[in-house]
Amino acid sequence: MKVKMISRNPDNYVRETKLQQHKIPRNYDPALHPLEGPREYVRALNATKLDRVFAKPFICNLSGHRDGVACFGKHPKLLSTMATGAYDGEVRIWDLANRTSMRSFVAHDGFVRGMAYAKNGNCLFTVGDDKTIKVWASKQPEEGEEESPVNTILSRHLLHGISHNRKDNSFATCGEVCAIWDEEHNDPIKTLKWGVDTLHTISYNPVETNVLACCASDRSIILYDQREAQPLRKVVLTMKSNKLAWNPMEAFNFTVANEDCNLYTFDTRKLSAPLKVHFDHVSAVTDVDYSPTGKEFVTASYDKTVRIYHAHQSHSRDIYHTKRMQHVVCIAWSLDNRYIFSGSDEMNIRMWKANASEKLGVIRPRERANFNYQEAIKEKYAAHPQIKRIARHRQVPRHVLNAQRKMRAVKDKELLKEANVRKHSKKGKVPFVSEKKKHVLRQDV
Amino acid sequence: MAKPPYKAQNKRPGRYFEANGEQGDAKPVKLKRKGHQNFTGDLIKMQSHYKLKKPHNEAKTKANPEKEKKQKIPQETLDKYSRGAAVERRGVKTRHFKGQQERKEVYLEYATQQAARTEMLLQESEGVLEPDEEEVTAGYRQSEIANNVDLQSAAKHFQLKLDFGPYTMRYTKNGRHLLLGGRRGHIAAFDWVTKKLHCEFNCMESISDVQWLHVPTMYAVAQKEWVYFYDKKGTELHCVKRLNRINRMDFLPYHFLLATANSRGFASWLDVSIGELVGNFNTGLGDIRIMRHNPSNGVLCIGGGKGVVSMWSPKVREPLAKLLCHTTSMTALTVDPKGQHLITAGLDRAVKVWDIRMLTPTPLARFNLRLPANEVEVSQRGMLALSQGTYLETYTDILIGGGTADRQKLPYLRQRCDAPVSGMRFCPYEDVLGVATSHGFQSLLVPGCGEPNYDALEDNPFETSKQRREHEVHALLEKIPPELITLDPQQITGVDAPTLQEKVDAKRQLFHLKPPRIDMKPRHKMKGRGGSVKTARNKQIVKDLQRKEFISEVRKAKQSVIAAHKDTSNANDNNEPQVKQPKPKRSVLDRFNPKPKRK
Repeated sequence: MKVKMISRNPDNYVRETKLQQHKIPRNYDPALHPLEGPREYVRALNATKLDRVFAKPFICNLSGHRDGVACFGKHPKLLSTMATGAYDGEVRIWDLANRTSMRSFVAHDGFVRGMAYAKNGNCLFTVGDDKTIKVWASKQPEEGEEESPVNTILSRHLLHGISHNRKDNSFATCGEVCAIWDEEHNDPIKTLKWGVDTLHTISYNPVETNVLACCASDRSIILYDQREAQPLRKVVLTMKSNKLAWNPMEAFNFTVANEDCNLYTFDTRKLSAPLKVHFDHVSAVTDVDYSPTGKEFVTASYDKTVRIYHAHQSHSRDIYHTKRMQHVVCIAWSLDNRYIFSGSDEMNIRMWKANASEKLGVIRPRERANFNYQEAIKEKYAAHPQIKRIARHRQVPRHVLNAQRKMRAVKDKELLKEANVRKHSKKGKVPFVSEKKKHVLRQDV
Repeated sequence: MAKPPYKAQNKRPGRYFEANGEQGDAKPVKLKRKGHQNFTGDLIKMQSHYKLKKPHNEAKTKANPEKEKKQKIPQETLDKYSRGAAVERRGVKTRHFKGQQERKEVYLEYATQQAARTEMLLQESEGVLEPDEEEVTAGYRQSEIANNVDLQSAAKHFQLKLDFGPYTMRYTKNGRHLLLGGRRGHIAAFDWVTKKLHCEFNCMESISDVQWLHVPTMYAVAQKEWVYFYDKKGTELHCVKRLNRINRMDFLPYHFLLATANSRGFASWLDVSIGELVGNFNTGLGDIRIMRHNPSNGVLCIGGGKGVVSMWSPKVREPLAKLLCHTTSMTALTVDPKGQHLITAGLDRAVKVWDIRMLTPTPLARFNLRLPANEVEVSQRGMLALSQGTYLETYTDILIGGGTADRQKLPYLRQRCDAPVSGMRFCPYEDVLGVATSHGFQSLLVPGCGEPNYDALEDNPFETSKQRREHEVHALLEKIPPELITLDPQQITGVDAPTLQEKVDAKRQLFHLKPPRIDMKPRHKMKGRGGSVKTARNKQIVKDLQRKEFISEVRKAKQSVIAAHKDTSNANDNNEPQVKQPKPKRSVLDRFNPKPKRK
């Protein structure tokens, strides 16, 4: 007879010394792993719960400004450097890794309205209420030397914002007019105007770098091409837009932060209606910034909260707030996609994690693999009611909750009223208008 | 053939407006429509693109083309690791989600392939017993097998003569430890591989069943009145008085449930991690003597005296399914470790194999014996063992039976014990069958019954105490709630679509709907416009309106149901297609006709 039985040599299965790792033979045969579905579900549920347990997004607070923070300037090359401008004209350059301010100087009389780094990051442009554009070297001055601008340009018009071209040496300011400047000259190359008294904010398209977009005080958004003599397009919304941000990856899309608590994502090729309306804020949205991946953006609002949205979803995926944070004025998403900076009225700059439950610090490969696995099963079971409920739940401040209730009541009332009017009027007299189309008044060419 | 000059090769492709006389020999590229292109996934697409652009490793691939080429995986191996067919494209809405699903399928297929490829890394192979010419395996005795195998395996064949008989026995989930319980109070726990005794004592009460819990340091014993928990040293940990007069016990390791059945027909599930009874009710089956759980879904199978197997979940008080297996009373049942087959034995001397997933009313296989089987058992690799009194035999396959290829009728191995068999289990991950009899315990060698390669993260026969503790913590974190015990364990990963029965019920319910209660709070009005009378009147108006609306909606729904029903019944009644009546031509004088009556 020929006979063989399972006979395991312990040398192959037990470690020899305590210095060695345990031997873990694997067998992926599904028959040895019963109840795969329910076990994965429980793992997904636990991962979702842990996600909420570890959701501590606040990292630190950068204090130093003596007045409210008005604007941010992200350094295009250095992740740990950021410039901020305040209401009292002071500009501070921060070393984010050490959480200290490296430099501070008074740049303008009155507000610092906007700032932008040059494309290689060697100088910083600031505009202020005193109608000047100042250029500051990125290099710190020698000890004992006074902080002084490399160049000061006097503008004939009031200035409200600045944006630097990502590919060449031109930059654009807005105010009474939209002006295109060259770094070497003290006069604008071109000024563009479309019958509006004030333009609040200006932003260069990061990919198609000749295209610019502005938000104006007459509730409109204007698109310019810096090669052309005339502006391209104008869209008028029901309320004023505060800020505008281009999607860095899908650069034909941009998002505006509006005064009516919503954000609107537009496709430049079809401006008749926004691609998406982003709800959830309960007060005017003051600033918006995209993540460098273009998949998400972060918003700052007058309701003292910061919210994060998926670029193609209507409702926010997360809300950040603290007891002490007042009206948030400016927001920035760091270029490594991991941090968010918010500047608020009460003189503080706050640093947040972009992903609230992310673990900071060194992550070993096994831990990384586990995180990836948890992400995957969370996504797989996301539609289950229990998991969905836990993942969605957020504690919001009382004033936000109350405002939400009030807004819902108002909306319900309007819907009911419209339905009643429709019921008692001739058929087709009161048409159904989609939420997207309600907010765009007209489009001018 | 003359080689064209280098420049001509690198020339940019011609545009459509240029004369195409030069490129006459070039093949026109036919663009496929997007849906017709062969989808290979983003990553793979990118990789292929990259290779086309930069063939820098071309020299290497030419040197050893066999090494670069991946081994092809046989289809049956792929099927073993596959989680079912791909989602059909047709069922997915919108192009976006279709694309998303297709991309997902590529990764799933890749995962299946990778899992199948790991089979190459498995260290052990299964046991074999091949007879010489003119011999059959059924003729071999245990002593012959033990003489022909290695020393380590030969030591696995042993016999214990014990006096407190009939015994019941259990192996732990990793197959390392053994627990024996004698009817007359004898309890012994030991590591049967090293023959190291953990504890041995007499509890001075009758014992009906024993069961290991989730770790090999704790076990439960069903004694005369109550269930007692002991640890490895024999210290009494708990006395569970809510479980009384228990006949049979089983442990669901992934749910942490100790399932018990008692002599009054109660089935109870005790969560051993929190000490709570998650289910405890009367099954109405009387004295339950036969009970096993289905390892693939956690459902409890209880065999009754009427030859019916009923399946129970702790949160449902009715059986999930019932299966009439024998016309006589049953003697034993078991479920195979993969959860595909149910094996039952009855007093009609038959052993039947059922498809437990489809629950088909006819058995897949049937063995007719000379005596009724009093124990049946299936091993990890699908071997069947059955005992008839003192006689015991094994078969290589539960469906085909048989031992050697030439003589199908003979069993694989057979054994006559010195006393009636009272309990029998295959040892997991070993080629061993443990048999408990009235006079002790025997460990029999059955080559080829056990799974040779274990997964150390699931069950590890070589685990250290530290690993055991780690495993316990992980297992507790992944404890499956008892609500998820259903007949189909994969239900939770599927789409919750209403069944036909639910749709029919919903339609039927339409005819018995009550209008909802309307709780309306009228606004508080000031300046003499309020008052209780006016408030009550307004309330009544709103209520009437809403009720009217509800009734009209229900009527509409009912009518649509009735119309649909009529349509189908008409279609069934007269199969000939209805001839469409041509519309009468309208003439100018039609207005003088009497008007049709309005309904």
